[in-house]
Amino acid sequence: MRVISANKIRDVVSDLCIQANWVLRRDILRALKAAYAKEANKRAKEILGAIIQNAQIAEREKLAICQDTGLPCIFVELGQNVKIAGDLKSTINKGIELGYKKGFLRNSIIKDPLLRGKSGYQPAIIHIDIAGGDKLKITVLPKGFGCENKTQLKMFTPTTGIEEIKEFIVGAINSAGPDACPPYVVGVGVGGTADYACLLAKKALLRRVHSPQSTVHSQGIKKIEGELLREINALNIGPMGLGGKTTALAVHIETYPTHIAGLPVAVNISCHALRSATAVL
Amino acid sequence: MKIIKAPLEKKVIEKLKIGDEVLITGVIYTARDQAHKRLVEALKAGRRLPIDIRGKVFYYCGPTKTPQGKIIGSCGPTTSSRMDDFTPLLLKAGLKGMIGKGRRSPQVIAAIKKYQAVYFLTYAGCGALLAGYVKKATPVAYRDLGPEAIYRLEVEDFPLIVGIDCRGKSVYA
Repeated sequence: MRVISANKIRDVVSDLCIQANWVLRRDILRALKAAYAKEANKRAKEILGAIIQNAQIAEREKLAICQDTGLPCIFVELGQNVKIAGDLKSTINKGIELGYKKGFLRNSIIKDPLLRGKSGYQPAIIHIDIAGGDKLKITVLPKGFGCENKTQLKMFTPTTGIEEIKEFIVGAINSAGPDACPPYVVGVGVGGTADYACLLAKKALLRRVHSPQSTVHSQGIKKIEGELLREINALNIGPMGLGGKTTALAVHIETYPTHIAGLPVAVNISCHALRSATAVL
Repeated sequence: MKIIKAPLEKKVIEKLKIGDEVLITGVIYTARDQAHKRLVEALKAGRRLPIDIRGKVFYYCGPTKTPQGKIIGSCGPTTSSRMDDFTPLLLKAGLKGMIGKGRRSPQVIAAIKKYQAVYFLTYAGCGALLAGYVKKATPVAYRDLGPEAIYRLEVEDFPLIVGIDCRGKSVYA
């Protein structure tokens, strides 16, 4: 058994929170620059320029890319041969609080969703998967709520055709319109159960945009992703919703087996400030 | 590009049209969900508001913590539609400008027209960039709300786009 100390995990989580919030993911920055080069609409181009400039300022000035530093969603892959010296979930939450304080990030979490009250730094949303080996992989995805609020789930019947599913996905983007900070990255989860489809849609945001990693997906899914991206970018929502062909940077679909009686589809939108950071211990 | 001052004067508001690019200099106030709820509760109960909102501009924003040596943290706009239910009453009480992101309800658009106000958009998701236009930030009300407290911001050439003008026209229509 390999032993990893709680303090080590706390410090790594803390660093990941700061990195994710200060330094825009390179794949997102590249995608924004590519969109800037291609965008023909003058105002859209100007806004994309401001978004790119914002990322550069955030990194240089050690400031949060966006004031909504999100509800931290943590994805853990814990090797079976790892023993944590301490309680994993409380350690992660300590790391979140430490990182958010050190990084001057926003305390956006309220303990009681109905009574509301004073906001604090934790708890985070923590997903733990058991994997083989003796490594511990931790990913921090600070999810802003402007875009999280636009999440949609639909339980389709199993005989539903792909066109109807595509219509639902494009419809979700259309209804988010300008409100959730386009250009978006669109996460789609298909299959599993209602809750699992939502998780898949969220996890789809972790995949690198325009990366060769996406070749692990079947050609059929890749084709649908491409078609959806074209349809979404034809909506003319554009950056800030003021028009242009850059409404989404990418569409990522993740699938999972499901029940003979169902076909759950979830859409989780990310704003252009798609932030995440990963470490392997 | 139009250069304007905050608080807003009637003749300035009248000249603004949807899509206009504007730079605003002067004093604006942050206010988001919980501050709106409290302000409207106070108005309904006939209590005095903690700040005089007549002619003023609200910025829908909850900044991050201010790092050492800086004036303010990251401070971009939040989704305006969450403030829609509270907005008509605030406009009736004299609020003249709002800065945020995204669409507004038909009721808000009608109230903007009725009370001759204006709704601005600013660069969404660009809080680090926008922090550079803030020259002073002071919490002035509801400090217990933390990031949702009302801050008085002194801004210089803060970049805006007119989203809804006083004729009730919307850039998203």
